[in-house]
Amino acid sequence: MIGNVFGWLTTAAHWRGGSGVTAIGTQIQAHVTYSFVAVLIALAIALPLGLFMGHTGRLPFLVSAANTLRALPTVGVLILLTVMIAPDFHGRTDFGYLIPTEIVLVLIAIPPILSNTYAGVQNVDGVVRDAASAMGMTGSQVLLQVELPNSLPLIFSGLRSASLQVIATATIASYLPLGGLGRFIYDGLAQQDFPQMIGGGVLVALLALLTDSVLAFIQRHVVSRGVSGRFSKKAMTARGPAAADIVQAEVAAV
Amino acid sequence: MTPASTSGAASSSPWHFWAYFNAHLHQDLSWLWDHVWLSALPVVIGLAIALPLGWLASRYKWIYPPMLSLMGLLYTIPSIALFVIIPPLLGLKALNPIQVPIALTIYSVALLVRVVADGLGSVPEDVLQAATAMGFGPVQRLVKVELPIAVPVIAAGLRVATVSNVSIVAVAGTIGLANLGQLFTTGFQLSTPTAYYPPIVLGIVLCVALALAFDGVIVTANRLLTPWRRAVQGR
Amino acid sequence: MIRFDSVTKTYPDGTVAVDDLSLTAPSGKITVLVGPSGCGKTTSLRMINRMIEPTSGRIWIDDRDHSTTSPTELRRGIGYVIQHAGLFPHRTIVDNVATVPLLLGQNKREARAKALELLERVGLPASFAKRYPAQLSGGQQQRVGVARALAADPPVMLMDEPFSAVDPVVREQLQNEFLRLQSELSKTIVFVTHDIDEAIKLGDQVAVMRVGGKLAQLATPADLLSNPVDDFVAGFVGRDRGYRALGFEPVPGLQLDPETTVLMGSDVSAAAAVARDGWVLVVDENGWPQGWLAVGDDATRASLQITPPLLHRGGTVAAVNGTFRAVLDAALSSPTGRGVIVDEARRFAGTITAANVVRLLEQQQVVHQQTVPVQAVPVQGAGATPR
Repeated sequence: MIGNVFGWLTTAAHWRGGSGVTAIGTQIQAHVTYSFVAVLIALAIALPLGLFMGHTGRLPFLVSAANTLRALPTVGVLILLTVMIAPDFHGRTDFGYLIPTEIVLVLIAIPPILSNTYAGVQNVDGVVRDAASAMGMTGSQVLLQVELPNSLPLIFSGLRSASLQVIATATIASYLPLGGLGRFIYDGLAQQDFPQMIGGGVLVALLALLTDSVLAFIQRHVVSRGVSGRFSKKAMTARGPAAADIVQAEVAAV
Repeated sequence: MTPASTSGAASSSPWHFWAYFNAHLHQDLSWLWDHVWLSALPVVIGLAIALPLGWLASRYKWIYPPMLSLMGLLYTIPSIALFVIIPPLLGLKALNPIQVPIALTIYSVALLVRVVADGLGSVPEDVLQAATAMGFGPVQRLVKVELPIAVPVIAAGLRVATVSNVSIVAVAGTIGLANLGQLFTTGFQLSTPTAYYPPIVLGIVLCVALALAFDGVIVTANRLLTPWRRAVQGR
Repeated sequence: MIRFDSVTKTYPDGTVAVDDLSLTAPSGKITVLVGPSGCGKTTSLRMINRMIEPTSGRIWIDDRDHSTTSPTELRRGIGYVIQHAGLFPHRTIVDNVATVPLLLGQNKREARAKALELLERVGLPASFAKRYPAQLSGGQQQRVGVARALAADPPVMLMDEPFSAVDPVVREQLQNEFLRLQSELSKTIVFVTHDIDEAIKLGDQVAVMRVGGKLAQLATPADLLSNPVDDFVAGFVGRDRGYRALGFEPVPGLQLDPETTVLMGSDVSAAAAVARDGWVLVVDENGWPQGWLAVGDDATRASLQITPPLLHRGGTVAAVNGTFRAVLDAALSSPTGRGVIVDEARRFAGTITAANVVRLLEQQQVVHQQTVPVQAVPVQGAGATPR
């Protein structure tokens, strides 16, 4: 079976598409587009909100509310919204399915981004925040110049988590006749074409891994090294409780 | 246009899910029962596997990075992709009911190993030293000192695992597995040409109730297992 | 100068953190607020830069009511140093130091150049500029904190237990560095600490506060030690007050006894020839004392050369223009009972015995009692008691 799957994945015709099987390239593009748009919208909503909440300490109940959203079964909500909305939107066309799907995807992406952003800002060391306002920074300067850069690790972890969940759910959205990599899973199932079904699964897995790697790469380059702790060995000074070392370094420095 | 109707439920309104439930009681309960098992069992087995793995990762520093990278990898793969990839890897038929519990167990393990490792790692070093100095053997120390202290962290991970499992099991309904997810697929199929809400709403209600029930059980268990935290909060 | 004018701070639940505080911190001097936990010293400090707002009363900074300036503008003109430094983890050291100048609109290059200068001033090498706070030790971070506070050259500095979080060896170095800096810069400094020894060491004037936010006594360190106004202050200042007060008494002209010295490297036998009570003082080629050599009857040592391992190094050395405490300590710690005294160039000037020091001290005390009245009430507003 594995060989068959491999064969299915590497058949050039499958990448171009035709005879009952849609093109792999098209579906990848569709999947990436749906996911990207949803995450972007969720970021636009949850990031500023989370920053505001973390900075002012207000509306903490929103975080618990967002987390209870996770208890909702994604498939159920997807189908519910589709059934509710689709008939009003061009009936059961691709676009009709797209709106409820995007809504669900955005709803899925918001909780991780919101709660992680809130936690990130809240966890900035109180001493640092105090020093920042004592030096004469305005509230928004403290938020943007100090709290935000120091919350980036948690914000990124929320972003990565949200992206993965969106990619996973977008796969399910293909249950409704919608494009995306899930198309191969469901069509493969319907046609009993197991190489296609499994091939679709492999493609989804690869997309997820690739996305996470890209985000991890961006994270490594955006987050300040002072925050993430990535120092080259050479640059490390003597650290630790050895008083002698410290004294020596201090004395040498005088 | 007359609403499409199946045997039993006459109304297609969302608020009539209770009537729908009663009309299909036997089937709905059987799906619910399947759903409970499919959500809970993988977590239990997953925990049993994750405990030794997590302990290894926390005890031996060189194991931690590669172990967690592997677990992270497994967790990154969307669950539905795992469903379909597992059978060929294990030499099973492409569509075997067992693939879902196996995939869910792997998923739970991937999440819980990190949680266990970090939970055990959160035990303060001086506590460990004091325990050893008092004469606790390594196994005793693990069971009587480290695990109890790690309980809150592990409980938090269990809550995430069970709640997300409830949702993922429903997804398995779309590839034909018997569970509450079937309510959604039924509802979807019946929603031509006009919307037929009851099974869909019922499915959501039952899933949420199930998720909350699991969550409650774990929170209660956590509280029972950590009386010292209650004492502090009561002050 | 900073003036507290009947400042009170009460919280909604009824706690009085600061109770009708009035004092003046003179320009160019270090004023230390000291007291037990809950005495309102940190609250008072934070009211100066409006991190906390007074409930009643006013604070004047150079004759300007500080509530008339916006908080952010006010703070950009006041340096602030706290325990644990509060450096921004995400910025390099040089960017941390340049924070306030950049806030004030200076261009980046200039701000960074100034920052590098300041790093050097606080005793950190230029190689530290590109590092991050997490790579520095606690003492080093504190130095950066001080540099950061100085960056915009503010006339006023507020310091909240800045040296408490480091170990005693580092703390002493930082305190000495700080005094050296202040002698160069002469800023108006308000310093909070819970450590009375630190207050006495660093302050030009010290304000002792009691729990409940009331000022107990405002005085110079010497005055505090010799004339505590009540039992609380006396108890807080601690024991050995008489002895510690000697640290503030400069010695008048010392009458030193001569002592024959021997050069490092000469033979033990040569030393034995000039020894008094079996001991001889060894100096190096600059005339700087190195230690006492015990010359016994041991003939095997006679042909040896004098080297550092042979010397008794227990005695301290005092300068001829030092304090009574240093001179007395030199006499007490010397193995011969003769305290080693050096001149301004650190060259050996002579010895003095403990008995002579005490005699001098007693003469001095008689002089003091005849000329200066004892002040028993805390001084409000106008500053410390002059001596």
